[in-house]
Amino acid sequence: MKVFVVGLNHKIADVDVREKLAFQGDKLAEGLMRFRELPGIQEAMILSTCNRVELYANIQDTQQASDSVMAFLSAFHNINRSSLDRSLYIYDDSEAAKHVFRVAASLDSMVIGEPQILGQLKDAFELALSKKTTGILLNKLMKKAISVAKRVRTETKIAENAVSISFAAVELAKKIFTDLSRRVFMLLGAGEMAELAAKHLIGNGVREVLVSNRTFDRACDLAKEFKGRPVKFEDFILEMVRTDIMICSTGAPHYILTKNQMQKVMKERKQRQVFIIDISVPRNIDPEINDLENVYLYNVDDLQGVVNSNMFERQKEAEKAEKIIAEELETFLRWQASLDSVPTIIALREKAEEIRKEELDKLFSKIQDMGEKEKEAIEYMATAIMNKLIHPPTAALKGDTENKEMLVAAIRRLYGINGEKSEE
Amino acid sequence: MGVLLFELALTCYFAATLISFTELFKESKTTAKIALLSAISGFTIHTINILYRYITAGHIPITNPHEATSFFAWCVVFIYFILQFRYKISLLSSFVMPIVFLLMLSSSMLSREIKPLTPMLQSYWLGIHTVFAFLGNAAFALAFGIGSMYLVQERYVKTKRLGSLFERLPSLQTLDEINYRLITIGFPLLTLAIITGALWAETAWGSYWNWDPRETWSLITWFIYAIILHARLVAGWRGKRAALLSMIGFLTIIIAFFGVKLLKKGLHVFL
Repeated sequence: MKVFVVGLNHKIADVDVREKLAFQGDKLAEGLMRFRELPGIQEAMILSTCNRVELYANIQDTQQASDSVMAFLSAFHNINRSSLDRSLYIYDDSEAAKHVFRVAASLDSMVIGEPQILGQLKDAFELALSKKTTGILLNKLMKKAISVAKRVRTETKIAENAVSISFAAVELAKKIFTDLSRRVFMLLGAGEMAELAAKHLIGNGVREVLVSNRTFDRACDLAKEFKGRPVKFEDFILEMVRTDIMICSTGAPHYILTKNQMQKVMKERKQRQVFIIDISVPRNIDPEINDLENVYLYNVDDLQGVVNSNMFERQKEAEKAEKIIAEELETFLRWQASLDSVPTIIALREKAEEIRKEELDKLFSKIQDMGEKEKEAIEYMATAIMNKLIHPPTAALKGDTENKEMLVAAIRRLYGINGEKSEE
Repeated sequence: MGVLLFELALTCYFAATLISFTELFKESKTTAKIALLSAISGFTIHTINILYRYITAGHIPITNPHEATSFFAWCVVFIYFILQFRYKISLLSSFVMPIVFLLMLSSSMLSREIKPLTPMLQSYWLGIHTVFAFLGNAAFALAFGIGSMYLVQERYVKTKRLGSLFERLPSLQTLDEINYRLITIGFPLLTLAIITGALWAETAWGSYWNWDPRETWSLITWFIYAIILHARLVAGWRGKRAALLSMIGFLTIIIAFFGVKLLKKGLHVFL
């Protein structure tokens, strides 16, 4: 009995390879059932997201399991077997369990600490539960993985700090202004990144949205989309007097807002703080504007710099997370070892032996005038009863059954043999 | 017993200063709580100490440099608590408790002897004038702390290097507004202190204004804060400028408070 992982992620495979191996829609349930039926696979679960495809199993023999899984994947997805061998990773036992924990805790993600992966893992587990393809080992592994991920989330700062440009912009806005819901926001120009950042800012609740564009029709369209008011391009500087946050992304080849103009704007607005984000390349806002008091100008590179340093912070937090994972892995492996049959057989025998001795001692101390011969006969009988009682469970544990760990767990529970420290 | 209470309060403030200092390097809710608790215990003991002195002396215990500095510190902690419970500003104690501790430390080095009151001090103006003056000064001390927080945060945002405190410090606008509010509280108190001082001077010395060093310095501070308020309303001086000016204002107060005392000249000799 050991954990087994076959899979690929964004680090080792490009999107075209990942696409081919993905289990999408109905294919997931179908693939899961077929995976479970493979020879040498006792429990099964499939995680399929856009960044990774991973198959989890409970197996006996790694070689046999990898062979049958490879054959299955190549047949199921219609892929050349030899190309599969090159593009997949295989882990077993403690390495496999560690991998699952790292995936759940988002240490293996493209953006370290991103929260979606845990939800995706939970969904995959739910499906496996509903299809009854998992058992004692994977169930325990998944529950543990989820609790490890939660521990990492609360004990480290791995999910803090914005790691995308638009979130960094929101984060900065919140450190300049007390309350975004009282601020006026202007989108000048258009463009994918600018609109995304605008969406995030508006999503955080600004009081008023202004949209300006060289072509007024475009401004009207965008204004409708963002529930804002269109502003004529010639008037945008006038509106700057009221605007607290501006995202600028026009195709202009030169500066459309100079230091002089901004100085006048600042005087008009009594020096109230302004946050300007210049996403355009080439830049549209004179960088010297940042030298003005109470004006904070960030261009794409500045925001990227913030994102990079946040990424670096996350890397540092990831080291703490690895320590937590090592700790939790140890308790998981200890639990797994307790499911092994040999120590259970020994424990069962010891328990029976203990009862036998205890009862004999009690009897002999009560009845003092017993002869050696009688004592021997009684001892013999007690041993015989004990042996006969523990023989069937011992034989079952020694035998070759499919769900042996279930049996081990059942026997440990029925006979009150403690090994697994109770958790949760 | 008065001495013991004072030393205890001083120790608590010292602990609060040290603990909140470590908060600058490592974020922890427990240390923040312990720091606040030491400040609260310090304040409680300090209050008992002042009451004790009031009862033993039989008059408001703000009649010598030791008592005055101690009461100054007490007012700073008092306003700090109001601010802390009203706005819940993280890291505020790291910027304010050192001021409290330094005031208490200088107070501890001054003579604690309770002398019989000179006839001039035996006036109801003593309580009114000093309470206005020190509450005002305390509001300005808090403005100093908030102003320095503003400068740190503003530097982060302006230079685009978001340092370790960026996450925990409040927004620039919040700090700027609190700074302004503190000055709008401190300024009328200072004005009242000057007016009551003048009235008192008239009854004691027969003239409203004598140009003694303390009076002159109070007038200078009054002008500095008047400029801050006026420039904000008229020319929109806010943010960094306001923060810097409020810090300069408080430094003048400190110079006036201790400097004049060191010179031992003028009519305010007792303080």
